Amino acid sequence: MPQMNMVQAINDALRLEMRRDPRVVLMGEDIGKVGGVFRVTQGLFDEFGDDRVIDTPLSEGGIIGTAIGMALYGLVPVPEIQFGDFIFPAYDQIVSELAKYRYRSGGEYSAKLVIRTPVGGGIRGGHYHSQSPEAQFIHVAGLKVVCPATPADAKGLLLASIRDPDPVLFFEPKRVYRAAKGDVPEGDFVVPLGKANVVKPGKDVTIVAWGAMLYEALDAAQKAAEKGIDCEVIDLRTLWPIDIDTIIESVKKTGRVVVVHEAPKSCGLGSEIVALINEKAFLHLEAPPKRVTGFDTPFPYTLENEYLPLSHRIVPAVVETAGY
Amino acid sequence: MSSMPAPKPAQPPAHLEDGHDTSNKAQVSTAHRPGTNGVDTSTLAVGPAVARHPGDTKSADVVKCLRDDGSLDPRTDPNLSSEEVVALYEAMLRTRILDDRLVTLQRQGRIGFHIGSLGEEAAILGSAFAMRPQDWMFPCYREFGGALWRGMPLQRYVDNMFGNSNDPAKGRQMPDHYCYRKAKVTSISSPIGTQITQGVGFAWGAKIKHDDLVTMIYFGEGATSSNEFHNGMNFAGVFKTPAVFFCRNNGWAISVPTERQTASRTFAEKAVAYGMPGVRVDGNDLFAVIKVTREAVERAARGEGPTLIEAMTYRLSGHSTSDDPKAYRPDGTLDPWRAQDPLARLRKHLHKHHGWTEARDKDLEARVDAELREAVKIAEATPAPSLDSMFEEVFADLPWHLSEQKAELVNGPRAKGHGH
Repeated sequence: MPQMNMVQAINDALRLEMRRDPRVVLMGEDIGKVGGVFRVTQGLFDEFGDDRVIDTPLSEGGIIGTAIGMALYGLVPVPEIQFGDFIFPAYDQIVSELAKYRYRSGGEYSAKLVIRTPVGGGIRGGHYHSQSPEAQFIHVAGLKVVCPATPADAKGLLLASIRDPDPVLFFEPKRVYRAAKGDVPEGDFVVPLGKANVVKPGKDVTIVAWGAMLYEALDAAQKAAEKGIDCEVIDLRTLWPIDIDTIIESVKKTGRVVVVHEAPKSCGLGSEIVALINEKAFLHLEAPPKRVTGFDTPFPYTLENEYLPLSHRIVPAVVETAGY
Repeated sequence: MSSMPAPKPAQPPAHLEDGHDTSNKAQVSTAHRPGTNGVDTSTLAVGPAVARHPGDTKSADVVKCLRDDGSLDPRTDPNLSSEEVVALYEAMLRTRILDDRLVTLQRQGRIGFHIGSLGEEAAILGSAFAMRPQDWMFPCYREFGGALWRGMPLQRYVDNMFGNSNDPAKGRQMPDHYCYRKAKVTSISSPIGTQITQGVGFAWGAKIKHDDLVTMIYFGEGATSSNEFHNGMNFAGVFKTPAVFFCRNNGWAISVPTERQTASRTFAEKAVAYGMPGVRVDGNDLFAVIKVTREAVERAARGEGPTLIEAMTYRLSGHSTSDDPKAYRPDGTLDPWRAQDPLARLRKHLHKHHGWTEARDKDLEARVDAELREAVKIAEATPAPSLDSMFEEVFADLPWHLSEQKAELVNGPRAKGHGH
């Protein structure tokens, strides 16, 4: 099995699906000849040409609006938004149109897109190259939201996302674009949406994480183990609709949970996870659920590593939860 | 030939001359003007700050055909058969009668809302007529007459007005937010301009697949202020997509007049900046609308790219049944526009050239009333959408959280007046 980083794995998935399905069209800023600012689409322009790997004018609203039209026509556009932070000019098209098209037309029409975009901190990008806007899309009826943490999952989840009938926001954790390496199955390989992955089993504390923060959670679990705390680490993989069964099953076992995410704390996905645990496993809880997250501030440049919920902040939360 | 000639300063509508302006040089040809990208740099000078008014239909650049005496200018005559002219007149009159009756139904409290097209029937029916069967309509929300013309059954439209279980939108949207795939009419949403980029993308998809179709994208002049107008025009220009931008300049965006939407001298001239032709047409002149729209469709189908059409018409009603236009425009200011009523002008032509009689108007009115009465009766007797339908089609399959919430609703108490 070949070793790949996440950039290579996503590129592999796009190439494979474009060869398999002539309806798949890529569009975005700088994705053509230069292969994207992170080189995720490198080489695809040469293989598939300008009609299928399209450099667009610099307008996210225009990209998503026209992609919706293409999807209505029967193509399967996979637009790239260069940074998740730049997705907001397309917000109206995503929340009012893309997410609603099937519903509002009584099923006469649907618009199928996968919007790929790099998210999260860790590249010294400051506020406008670092945010994690997942909660702002999870709150919108009609959207699926996916965030892989490993190269193999990136490939398998992207292929599942393109073949899924619903619109998907595919958030790529740019901090681990090249740092995450691993075996990636060759050829067709699908990781089903809606299924979390128990990356490390354990019995004392459940840690729920996704994207780049999975690696911080695993590091924290290792450090907690040195203190005699056995953590179970769940990689959510599909953020919405969430795999509640895997979370509840784990919490029923451990009775203690820490949710980790980069996005701001208030009304983040962690808030919903904790609420669901309270509704579904309250009597199994041995300690108040904890959230270790970004702060309710803009994403800072210089103090980036103080903002991020890195392992040094997760460990004390795990220790506190375990000792409650 | 001058392209996009500078329009004359607007004349107050009351000064509209009675008679055809023979200086009009068949300006439909702006869609074929020569030169680099069709752009004549003489138009790039900023003009004086003139008060724009759609009453400026007498300007030389505005394409006209139907003369005040009911005859047609042979230079812009789209050469319709007598049957076509009569069918279009009937469709326009039907649209107007339906508008009137739907307002009444709203005032009676039987439907919640209506947004109509009073005074804009020639622009809507003429452009819909100019489309070919394979072309697609991306409506704004005033184009129900066009959707009916393209084959949406009246019953489906009326079901949409009642939001019942036979409504194409399954009662999930307000009235006048219909859709109808068989007629190639897409789905309507309320945010302004969103259909513009979508219509461009649809046409672009057809171009990528080498399919012969054109999209007709409708919007009001207010939407030219939206980011979607800029995005749509820009993408369409860059990728030469087979799209026609049909701007109904009806003078008003709810209470805001045209001169608060732009400092351009015309809306059509915005096309120049996007590398496409723009043309102004008398939007209350059915024949001129057909002429320019047909040429734009043909041009797009030939692979020559998009066209912006500014149809100069006038919204004789309020914005919708929720609007009281007396708050911002005295009723008397509408009189010059009532004199330009597209139905009255066409009727004069019909009397003169197609043997139309007032008795046939009465017949048609009776027929439309009868078909509407029947459709309303059926729609009112049709049950409300099921509770389950609230949760269906959010996703292709029902995810666990919606399944839970559906059970919560179905097993919980019913709202007051449920099903009515």
